[in-house]
Amino acid sequence: MIQKEFEPKIVGFLCTWCSYTGADMAGTSRMKYPPNILIVRVMCSGRVDPTFVLKAFREGADGLLIAGCHPGDCHYINGNMKTLRRFPLLVKLLEEFGIEKERIRLEWVSAAEGEKFSTVVKAFTSAVKKLGPLNWSMLENQKNPAQTGVKSESFSPDLREAEL
Amino acid sequence: MTKPKLALNWAASCGGCEIAVLEIKEKILDVANLFDIVFWPCVMDFKYADLEKFKSKEIDLCLFNGAIRTSEHEHLARLLRDKSKVMVAYGACACEGGIPGLANQFNKESIFQRVYIDTPSTLNPDKKFPQENYDMPEGKIQIPTFYDTVKSLKQTVQVEYFIPGCPPLEKTTWKALEAVIKGGLPPVGSYLGAGDKTVCEECPRKKDEKKIKGFYRSHLKLPEPEKCLLEQGIICAGPATRSGCEGTCLKANLPCWGCYGPAQGVVDVGAKFMSALASVIDSDDEKEIGKILEGIVDPIGTFYRFGLAGSILRRKKISQEKKG
Repeated sequence: MIQKEFEPKIVGFLCTWCSYTGADMAGTSRMKYPPNILIVRVMCSGRVDPTFVLKAFREGADGLLIAGCHPGDCHYINGNMKTLRRFPLLVKLLEEFGIEKERIRLEWVSAAEGEKFSTVVKAFTSAVKKLGPLNWSMLENQKNPAQTGVKSESFSPDLREAEL
Repeated sequence: MTKPKLALNWAASCGGCEIAVLEIKEKILDVANLFDIVFWPCVMDFKYADLEKFKSKEIDLCLFNGAIRTSEHEHLARLLRDKSKVMVAYGACACEGGIPGLANQFNKESIFQRVYIDTPSTLNPDKKFPQENYDMPEGKIQIPTFYDTVKSLKQTVQVEYFIPGCPPLEKTTWKALEAVIKGGLPPVGSYLGAGDKTVCEECPRKKDEKKIKGFYRSHLKLPEPEKCLLEQGIICAGPATRSGCEGTCLKANLPCWGCYGPAQGVVDVGAKFMSALASVIDSDDEKEIGKILEGIVDPIGTFYRFGLAGSILRRKKISQEKKG
């Protein structure tokens, strides 16, 4: 069997005014970037509720990109500043959940920066590829032993020995 | 006419919810008059075998408190679900996993290691752990399976109503029981006895524009009276938490801990709480923001104090590599 290389799923929340237009620019300029990114257009990077991020990871995303206008350029004056404040806390929380901080990235991409968008996606995709799959949905679907009738696999071998 | 049948049960909980039921004081006599209490292991000697003899849906109301931690809890949740017409998750643990849900930051292995080996007061040189099956001369002894992940009641069986709180306040319990007694229950899936806004709506403190230069846990700062605690930098879960408690803790100069669970329409209480907290930081400088956020030392414990099991991610991912 041919071993397939791991292709990460990356969800990208792009603000419609700068980053989404920047991604469009990358497209119209025929710049190449990996197809791993699934783009969700939002009105502002400040609209990206941490709930969306958690949900994306739970439903199978391996990486997550939030991109918005450069600080000071926000269409809504300070929406992206809210993102800037929230982001470090979100990363801290995800790390506590066991999700590596390299799996989430905040980038400022303006409407003219098609090239930057393509570079960011390339770099991010290869970084997530190195980390391997997150498999949160697999973790979620692990049933408790009583439901499946299978004995718990959580015990490490040494703990089992210690028991006996 | 026969009286409607009432069952009460506890699973992974501290017992506070059982006391909270008695908090309705003399009205408990009304409950005893109106209902035929058929199962309440905390206060009377009922056997599981007696419960199994009931027909399906023969019990009218079941108040279930506590999270699902072991196979025994799960068994009883399923059994009571089958026997009861209306299943109510009573208290924060049944609703969202509560404090026991915080154990989802660990797994069975690490919890057993801590409890039976590492704690300073434990002497266990032979590294003995409880075993599910054990042969005694008198016969076989079985204890329930301890699960890796704590679940809320809703994640285990279908639940009709929720009564939030740690524990539910007297008025919340009574409002909920009244709704059951007098009829006119809201649509299935509703919260009984609680509000549908946030704690801030009921909080008596004066609120102004929020601008925070530093976060403090409640023991680190003496709060000024009457001013919103969040404006003073004291971490308060009010903006993300369901109303219904009438700001009890806030009246006592303590911040909200979030025991009434996520406010109406909120999917993940921690995400909303975190979002509300971080958005009001008074700085646009990355370094300064980082410094201000150092005041939040335990994100999961702060944002998901009562709701980790019921949250989107539910538990911590424990690296598989260590296990070998």
